[in-house]
Amino acid sequence: MSERTDMLLELADDELILGWRNSEWTGIAPFLEEDVAFSSIAQNEIGHARALYELAAAELGTTADELAFDRQPDEYRCAPLVQLRRLEWARTIARHWLYETADEIRLAALKSSEDPEIAGIAAKMDREEAYHRMHAEMWIDRLLATEEGRERLNEAVEELWPYALGVLDDELRPELRRRAEERLGPALPEVEPIPRGVHEAELAELWQEMTMVRRSAPAGAQW
Amino acid sequence: MAGDDDGAPLGPGGGAVVTVDDIWSALAEIPDPEIPVISLVDLGVIKDVEVSDGHVRIDFTPTFMGCPALEPMQRAMEAKVEELGAKAEVRVVLDDSWSTDRITPQGREKLRLAGFAPPAPRPAGKLELVHLQRGVHRCPYCGSTDTRLENLFGPTPCRSIRYCKGCRQPFEQFKTI
Repeated sequence: MSERTDMLLELADDELILGWRNSEWTGIAPFLEEDVAFSSIAQNEIGHARALYELAAAELGTTADELAFDRQPDEYRCAPLVQLRRLEWARTIARHWLYETADEIRLAALKSSEDPEIAGIAAKMDREEAYHRMHAEMWIDRLLATEEGRERLNEAVEELWPYALGVLDDELRPELRRRAEERLGPALPEVEPIPRGVHEAELAELWQEMTMVRRSAPAGAQW
Repeated sequence: MAGDDDGAPLGPGGGAVVTVDDIWSALAEIPDPEIPVISLVDLGVIKDVEVSDGHVRIDFTPTFMGCPALEPMQRAMEAKVEELGAKAEVRVVLDDSWSTDRITPQGREKLRLAGFAPPAPRPAGKLELVHLQRGVHRCPYCGSTDTRLENLFGPTPCRSIRYCKGCRQPFEQFKTI
């Protein structure tokens, strides 16, 4: 597999799995606006995943659906950050901000790629991601505005920090640290990143649910 | 130049030759599947049309990548070209070339008349929350600019929700991207 396809699958898997996690808030977010927001963000992320899988599929001679649903859980390349199930609001917001910020740093690098397809898709994704970042920033402002919010956010960020570092390649990590410390306040610990290739038990659970319909249908079923 | 015939030229099969203008006119009749008041041409998603030897190629730039209307749009374009007796290849161009600034002035007006506030123009630099919170966003119902952002996200990927303090109604605002 080429380095390009490797990278496309990493990015696509991040967006698919995070999109799935975001969609878990549909119907149960703290209030209606957030039901709508997380559902819409999920739709965007899964749309990005589809376009990225299609590029990878063209090279691998397969289809986007096969890449999204027919691999085994340990074949996914997504960062462990997106695998975690987080049914607590401060942690959800912490992950949201950390992922969207890491994604912005990664997309900025991809936008200057010499490969026109990669540069083009990264720039297109980035237009939509701007809304995800604005949404995350709004919530960071809100949590930082009270002592309780700040404490909960800090605790969540510290817990998720090694996971957040694992989203990015080595050379992009210092930029994430700089932004996180500037925006969120306290200095973050020096820790070993939890890298891609680590598969949390929670990913296998998600995979069971995500692929259930496809696995139950006969091969070649048309929808 | 004199001529004894001003009808359309005939293609190799004897059918009328389809021109680039014919294709643009035909595409202008295809409504957006989710906001049918506006056509695909109004929406600015047709980047280029080429016709050679009866073969039509349409370069199509999707709006939002997760929009479920993208496939129906492609099928509608193929069907429309087929009605003209030609075959279309719709090439999906995933790059930075579509933004809401590509929606035509007529398209913006049609959106407004249907109750969707058209997208604000893109700012020169990076789009920031402050543009959406403080910028001028006019209510499509009463025209008041005394409106506030309720939710960055709305019922489809392309829309936000605002509230008009003038006529006390929520309304849908096409996102600026």
